[in-house]
Amino acid sequence: MWELFQRIRSVVNKTQAFKSIFRHGFPNNDGNRALVMFSNIILHLHPVRVRRGALKIKFTWCLGGLTFFFFILLAITGVFLMFYYVPDTNRAYGNIKDLGTVIFFGDLFRSLHRWSAHSMVLFVWLHMTRVFFTGSYKPPREFNWVVGVILLSTTLVLSWTGYLLPWDQLALWAVTVGSKMAEASPLIGKAGPFGAELGMNANNDITFALLGGTVVGQSALLRFYVLHCLALPLVTALFIAIHFWRIRKDGFSGPL
Amino acid sequence: MPQKSVNPGSMEIKIDKKSDDLLARIKKTALKKIGPEDTVLVWPNLVYLELIAMMFALAILLFLCLYSPAPLEELASADTTPNPTKAPWYFLGLQELLVFFDPWLAGVVLPSLIMVGLILIPYIDPNPKGKGYYTFSERKFSVIGFSFGLALWYILIVVGVWFRGLDWSWYWPWDDPHMHQPAGAVKLVDLQVILQSTLGLSETPVATLGRYVVSMANLITWGIFVGYYAIGFAIPFLIFRNFYNKLGFVRYNLTMFFFLSMLGVPMKIFLRLLADIKYVLVTPWFNI
Repeated sequence: MWELFQRIRSVVNKTQAFKSIFRHGFPNNDGNRALVMFSNIILHLHPVRVRRGALKIKFTWCLGGLTFFFFILLAITGVFLMFYYVPDTNRAYGNIKDLGTVIFFGDLFRSLHRWSAHSMVLFVWLHMTRVFFTGSYKPPREFNWVVGVILLSTTLVLSWTGYLLPWDQLALWAVTVGSKMAEASPLIGKAGPFGAELGMNANNDITFALLGGTVVGQSALLRFYVLHCLALPLVTALFIAIHFWRIRKDGFSGPL
Repeated sequence: MPQKSVNPGSMEIKIDKKSDDLLARIKKTALKKIGPEDTVLVWPNLVYLELIAMMFALAILLFLCLYSPAPLEELASADTTPNPTKAPWYFLGLQELLVFFDPWLAGVVLPSLIMVGLILIPYIDPNPKGKGYYTFSERKFSVIGFSFGLALWYILIVVGVWFRGLDWSWYWPWDDPHMHQPAGAVKLVDLQVILQSTLGLSETPVATLGRYVVSMANLITWGIFVGYYAIGFAIPFLIFRNFYNKLGFVRYNLTMFFFLSMLGVPMKIFLRLLADIKYVLVTPWFNI
């Protein structure tokens, strides 16, 4: 059986189609192992060789990598959920109900999406804590820390916009609490310091811009949906790319 | 750098020679720094480690999905307000602050300060030590400061998630979550009212700025508020001059502003809990 497998592999590895996709042989010798890292776009995030210390889990605790893993999981489960969801106040709740009742693996994917989101928020915090305690934000990596803080805020806003989409009581009122806070923004909120003095009212302040209206309704649902499924994931992906690019360019701190 | 006028040909040779030297030096240091014996190939050593970590994480997530599937409450309705209404857990620390601060502070200004403060960290920490390894002794102030903020953040979240129930009252885990807590007899007062009555100050306004009627007590609360920052800025400057010298003027002021603001949050909380003070500072536009 094993021999047959080896034989098939050696034949397949020599075909034009295989060679056109993979620019290296099977990674069972050091040359091909290096080539894998060079020629695979995802693996190319890594260098070819790392110092032995990089394998020490007690330095990074895998926190940043797992945060990225949760982001990928969220993208995959999120696309699945989008197939079954219409951002309409009359239909959204029923769509989510369907996920739990009539759609194969609907509940699993929704639960996985939710737990990945919770985990991502928590792991962003833990990753930042680790980076702080190892002093990895110090020169020349200052800007990458700034990118990290931007990613922290996009992660939080992504989670928060997703919170509204099921259109249940939990969603509506959690977002209402948030929009009440936005209302109190200094200068740009109608209930905030100097807001009234600057002519802010329910129809022109920051909450109005956020919700597309004065209450959490259809416009708010559509806005949160577009932000959650399109705008914010793109922004986050862009900054993740910058984050990874910079850590390769600035070099790793510590034993890595 | 003084440049000698040389013809292009000799210049070229010179550069070549220099870059050769450089290349040799890089080769030498590179080999010395990360010789093959100190490094390992990322495939398979690191890649497999990451794969294991991802599979482990996925397994835990799947377990959590079975243990606690995503909840779905009743259809959203603007007519029935749940009691209590809670924000997502990661914002509950800020919502808990609403007990002690007005929404513009708890929900907007404080989170903004946290974000700006975080961004500034690498630029206001000039300590070159402790880069790339865990250490406390080499960077005591920054580790203590960061841990303090972190503890505050997590404590407020834990309180918001597990200790707040109906009417946002305090609920111990053994309290019945369906019974309202008796309304407290506590009456909150502003600091300026306390000052006015205890010091026997007159209520006649010292000055009037539009809507703002400034009383003597109000002026003292301004003094206390500004004084908190002024004394906070002055003490390290006078006692730990070395600390100031290491940071320099701009970094010192930024560090102290964010540090004192962070310290001010639990101070206000304690003022509220121990002395029933509602606002430290009252103006027609904002209260702190």
